[in-house]
Amino acid sequence: MSEATGTARVKRGMAEMLKGGVIMDVVNAEQAKIAEDAGACAVMALERVPADIRAQGGVARMSDPDMIEKIQAAVSIPVMAKVRIGHFVEAQIIESLNVDYIDESEVLTPTDYTNHIDKWNFKIPFVCGATNLGEALRRINEGAAMIRSKGEAGTGDVSNAMTHMRTIGAEIRRLTTLRDDELYVAAKELQAPYALVKEVAETGKLPVVLFTAGGIATPADAALMMQMGADGVFIGSGIFKSGNPAQRAAACVKATTFYQDAKILAEVSRGLGEAMVGINVADIPAPHRLAERGW
Amino acid sequence: MKVGVLALQGDFREHIKATEDCGHSATEIRRASELTSIDALILPGGESTTIVQLAQTFNLYMPIKEIIASGLPVYGSCAGMILLADRIIDGIADQKTFGGLDITVRRNAFGRQVDSFESDITFADSPLHAIFIRAPWVEDVGPSVEVLSTAAAHPVAVRQGSLLATSFHPELTHDLVVHRYFFDQMCKDS
Repeated sequence: MSEATGTARVKRGMAEMLKGGVIMDVVNAEQAKIAEDAGACAVMALERVPADIRAQGGVARMSDPDMIEKIQAAVSIPVMAKVRIGHFVEAQIIESLNVDYIDESEVLTPTDYTNHIDKWNFKIPFVCGATNLGEALRRINEGAAMIRSKGEAGTGDVSNAMTHMRTIGAEIRRLTTLRDDELYVAAKELQAPYALVKEVAETGKLPVVLFTAGGIATPADAALMMQMGADGVFIGSGIFKSGNPAQRAAACVKATTFYQDAKILAEVSRGLGEAMVGINVADIPAPHRLAERGW
Repeated sequence: MKVGVLALQGDFREHIKATEDCGHSATEIRRASELTSIDALILPGGESTTIVQLAQTFNLYMPIKEIIASGLPVYGSCAGMILLADRIIDGIADQKTFGGLDITVRRNAFGRQVDSFESDITFADSPLHAIFIRAPWVEDVGPSVEVLSTAAAHPVAVRQGSLLATSFHPELTHDLVVHRYFFDQMCKDS
């Protein structure tokens, strides 16, 4: 029996199993357990949720391995952890902890303003953010096994996530309308490898699972992203910065499954208490917008 | 034949594609009322804790148990295997399953994602390239359970009457051998 680990197929396949689910940011084992009991399909272990990173400022780095291991011990579902863009040693450290997915994330302070991590060098799969199709395909070319559209993390304002889902969707649809001899220039314009551009033009979708993230705070937000074509959602600050995390978490899980059923969406939206307070993205000065990190 | 695929969470679209590639129609199941008109049911890969919780909340839990008891052919891959098992190890506290298969399944038995693997195995004497993702294995089987595949000295595909379970994901490859076995060997009588 010949066995192969860390292949593109098992990395991308892991993301396939998360589809239709909600991945929740958690900062300790107790929150991780609440997320699992609410039906999260995975948790993202990090020291500060994006809303706190934004409020407290300073350099945001990977989490303490102790904290990640406590969360791994607390739950049976997959555990993800974030590393800074381009910080391949943080990624080596996180890989050694046997987390299930690494998020090379713009929510943390970037390390390399030119290069992202060469993700083919790792056995653990990576998820990366993207604001448009070219960015998504560059990340896939570097070895990302899952893409999440970026929103403006830590705001509770879903407008940026909406923009990016619309952009990625529109750019994919446009590729499917082009003649074969127009795809070379399309690849040039997208600043993405021709082979991936051709594959998207033929299949009409990304070659990996596409989740959405950033600013999702309510069941309606989660369902909106699913109707926009997301395969699933990440919810960061939206759950544990709200009035009743357990109930809101369960409501978002239900909304992600029944995203086309307005009656169920109305039912799960009742009596959830305070949503996270939120910040309008338009009020954030451009240098402090996280979604614009990534190249 | 009309095949229902439980569509609460996971890779149900891949099972729908494999079903259609075998020449059958497939329909997504999210409500108990949708279970009434199907000839077979597939429980997809995904997170078993998420799927069973949604099934309980949306009143699918008992109807699916009843469908299994009624003898309707049911196939589960990975999380689906866990959901069909009578007994599980390393589940969360009070984790429920639909049950029906007289087996004990160990969740995430092969390890975390770093240990996920692909491998050439045999399934019911046919060669098969199988994808295992945080996969469970079968710890022990009851007397009426037939083992169709093994990996690492543990059963990874089993059949008992109208129920089939694999700890790997044939829906992630283009090889239809497992789906064809399910439809052709297990569904034709019903």
